Amino acid sequence: MGATRERHTLGDRMLRKEDGRFVRGKGNYVDDVQLPGMLHSAVLRSPFAHARIESIDTSAALELEGVHAVITGADLEAQGLAWMPTLAGDTQAVLATDKVRFQGQEVAFVVADDRYIAQDALELIDVDYEPLGAVVDSRKALGEGAPVIRDDKEGKEDNFLFFWDAGDKEAAERAFQEAEVTVRREMFYPRIHPAPMETCGSVADYDVSTGQMTIHMTSQAPHAHRTLFAMVSGLGEHQIRIISPDIGGGFGNKVPIYPGYVCGAVASLVLGHPVKWMESRSENLMSTSFARDYHMVGEIAATKDGRILGVRSEILADHGAFNAHAQPGEEFPTGFFPIFTSCYDIPAAYAEATGVYSNKAPGGIAYRCSFRVTEAIYLMERTMDVLADELDMDPVELRRKNFIKKEQMPYHSVMGWEYDGGDYEGALQEALRIAGYEDLLAEQRKAREDGKIMGIGVSTFTEIVGAGPGKQCHIAGIEMFDSAELRLHPTGKAILKLGVKSQGQGHETTFAQIVAMELGIPAENIEVREGDTDNTPYGLGTYGSRSTPVCGAATSMVSRKVREKAKRIAAHMLEAAEDDLEWTGERFQVKGSPEQGKNMEEISFAAYTDVPEGEEAGLESVNYYDPPEMTYPFGAYLCVVEIDRGTGQVEVKRFIAVDDCGVRINPMVVDGQIHGGLAQGIGTALMEVIEFDEDGNHLNSSFMDYLMLTSMETPKYELGEFVTPSTHHPLGARGVAESPTVGSPAAVVNAVVDALSPYGVQHLDMPLTPDKVWRALRENGG
Amino acid sequence: MQVPARFEYEKASSVEEAVELLRRLGPDAHLLAGGHSLIPMMKLRLAAPEVVIDIHELDGELRYVREDDGVLRIGALARHRDVLESEVIGERYPLLRDAETMIADPLVRNMGTVGGGVAHGDPAEDLPAAFVALGGEVVVRGPGRERTIPIDALYLGPYETSLAADEMLTEVRVPNAPDGSAYIKVERRAGDYASASIGVALRMSGGEIEDARIGMCGVGSTTLRARGAEESLRGQPPGEELYRRAGERAAEESEPIEDARGSAEYKRDLVRTLVARALERAVERANREGAR
Repeated sequence: MGATRERHTLGDRMLRKEDGRFVRGKGNYVDDVQLPGMLHSAVLRSPFAHARIESIDTSAALELEGVHAVITGADLEAQGLAWMPTLAGDTQAVLATDKVRFQGQEVAFVVADDRYIAQDALELIDVDYEPLGAVVDSRKALGEGAPVIRDDKEGKEDNFLFFWDAGDKEAAERAFQEAEVTVRREMFYPRIHPAPMETCGSVADYDVSTGQMTIHMTSQAPHAHRTLFAMVSGLGEHQIRIISPDIGGGFGNKVPIYPGYVCGAVASLVLGHPVKWMESRSENLMSTSFARDYHMVGEIAATKDGRILGVRSEILADHGAFNAHAQPGEEFPTGFFPIFTSCYDIPAAYAEATGVYSNKAPGGIAYRCSFRVTEAIYLMERTMDVLADELDMDPVELRRKNFIKKEQMPYHSVMGWEYDGGDYEGALQEALRIAGYEDLLAEQRKAREDGKIMGIGVSTFTEIVGAGPGKQCHIAGIEMFDSAELRLHPTGKAILKLGVKSQGQGHETTFAQIVAMELGIPAENIEVREGDTDNTPYGLGTYGSRSTPVCGAATSMVSRKVREKAKRIAAHMLEAAEDDLEWTGERFQVKGSPEQGKNMEEISFAAYTDVPEGEEAGLESVNYYDPPEMTYPFGAYLCVVEIDRGTGQVEVKRFIAVDDCGVRINPMVVDGQIHGGLAQGIGTALMEVIEFDEDGNHLNSSFMDYLMLTSMETPKYELGEFVTPSTHHPLGARGVAESPTVGSPAAVVNAVVDALSPYGVQHLDMPLTPDKVWRALRENGG
Repeated sequence: MQVPARFEYEKASSVEEAVELLRRLGPDAHLLAGGHSLIPMMKLRLAAPEVVIDIHELDGELRYVREDDGVLRIGALARHRDVLESEVIGERYPLLRDAETMIADPLVRNMGTVGGGVAHGDPAEDLPAAFVALGGEVVVRGPGRERTIPIDALYLGPYETSLAADEMLTEVRVPNAPDGSAYIKVERRAGDYASASIGVALRMSGGEIEDARIGMCGVGSTTLRARGAEESLRGQPPGEELYRRAGERAAEESEPIEDARGSAEYKRDLVRTLVARALERAVERANREGAR
């Protein structure tokens, strides 16, 4: 560790403890797991978006040397396992029986000595398909004559999935009738993919002699997954152990249960060998959960001087062939979209959504976002700019006029949320200061005179993260608490075990820093353990920026419980009454006699050698924390772009991000999270998209075609720090990792539209590819 | 993990041996140089050669970038990185350096070879268009014979060249250095194939464009040469209007099709824009050279 300081605590820019192994290539990912006798697998996938399966002949594949099994839907059906429940309460085919419903759907599972043989065997499976018409455009899913996708459901005669609405429809209607100005904008948030660097996979290891099933698995939520496995398989939950080792990025992609996991477990049960299943890149992009795919309408009613009176939105949600939506309970078919009034003080709001099935991969999941907040904020921030354009008002001014004031906190939104503090005006002011907004405007005027195409876009928003209060949020009925278990050993070194699971967020560092602050011991002396259901307390996992809001709170609380016991031991050691002791942040000392005190190291030793009478030995505790409310991180972003008139290329010249995630546990880790999220958000705005041709063929199934931002397109981020402690969290902290993905796409699109506004452009749908921008310019005489 | 189908592996220890293996094994054998096109195609099972002939060990024979008597010679196994870092390229053939900074990413450039890039016949590959602009030729060895092919006669169609099955590309030559040159590429994101790219090389004389060559990438089923645009430049004094007209002409000569990178109309317009820009840059460079 060289010359680095060795006593880090909360608030320090401590280097990440886990990076030592990552930068040395010593991480341990699922694909690194090698077990004696382990077999390998490959999945046969549908070439069609929609087709009836007439027959499957696996005989030639079974004859290939080295093939151990070929599992089909018919085999699973015999065990009642051909279909599995989804997190949204729908069913999903594990292996297709009657029909295939999207291109890339799982049809057969081959187990062989190695991956090469398994892949060769796929080519020997003969499937006879009868192609059917495909529903590709969600706007046609409910149309006359649309092929019915889910005819597996008794009596199902259309592709309707759900209708949902929220807010006060009449009040919103009145606001729109009485308003001086109204705007309405249709927009599409396209289908994108989380595309973590590590694809999904598992090693299922069934021990015939003990009846124990161990599954090493790319899981963001190992405990919840174990419960779901138990429910589906009929194995006892005590006989299943999920181990989620190092995870190479999740972004929501590793929340659902995929057919490959189930097939791997079934194969291990049947064959008595460990079975590895690991997706290829194309399989990951084609078949695992996508995100977004919302056709939206945003409407605002306002006074002439820009005071918002009401907002409305209408959504057409494409959930693919099976509803594998990630949502904190069936009350939330649009996740937390109802946060769409965001950081604005809006008296009337109404939102409605229609969900449909289509012949595309199932989903959608919360890709680096807290359950559809990204769509909500994009809609609001884009529509705000449309209103500013209509009023001929500076978008900054319009936002200022409508912010919830910090004096209104705790604010109760018309959509029913209670905000935990915030100073939106202050954050925007800080972003404008960093940007030098007045100078930027002058620079833009000059650029326009010189014939350059320059744009400035802002986006101000609040997130809603930390699902969540058990009274509101659950997964398969399990309330969304989280947990921490802390044990101090005789020498004062600690092990902290968590119910969440890092996929790169830095938990091993930041959670140690929380304990360090609560107990006055260095973060270096605290090891954090996660991901093994046998060795960690039950929790709901990491997604929706819930780790710090929920599990971080549990860590704080469990540390305080340990400190309570430590105080009793300290009192015994110091021969003082408990009430006479005070906690300095480093140790307990006798009030008025600072020379008499005991630190946690001394107390730990006593806990195993000299406990007071009536006290149990040891120094440990566990906490299950159910948050009282969500947390509401917020931010103000500003983006500057320049467009090449000849080629349509958009260059992000500057990106300023001021984020408020409350108290920062490790400001360096926070910065890193914001950098990563901004890259994904800017990538979404400029290039990421999954498209299909009219037959439902997937057009972006490799990184050659699914484009993500590289360092070459990344601007030098200009970050500002803003700290308003959360009133809903024991440390005053909020989640942060998703704010940048939520807030940045709108800032980029607003900047591009601003750049093109002299040419009459009012809106462009993402991604803002060069040809699209070029076309917009040409069509408008640019 | 994506894995290839079964294949046999041979390693050649000389050009002669490589050519002999090609002759003996026939069209189902494939040379493996940097592997940055072949291996991904094999892993996706788009290519399934029965035999792969590894020519890595021929670095001693074929990995060089040098100028002999005014002729630029690049060995087939020179890596993209070698070209990028070559001083003679940077000084006398700047369009090659322009192109190389835009080809894929540093990882690919460390391994991928010039010979592989030229022989693969991918119409979206940048180097062929750069060499077309330079009036390059390729040296080809077959069993007991050697011949040269002008690069603009090399490409017959997508992934189809005039190399015989038992021939191996060993060198790319440029007979003389241009007075000015430039290569401009539009890509959707670093490392992407070109939406369109244009290479221009000029010979100047008495303040006029004596001769020009223009190579076009990504706007046809093979690498294209804009002969009409070249003709329109000959004997003309450089200037914006001339560049614009050459761009128009080249756009007419391009044959783009619509794909994920844009409409045919967009790509045609890119040709228009990029030809003008590349000409301007090439003339600037020529003038700067001339002033030395």
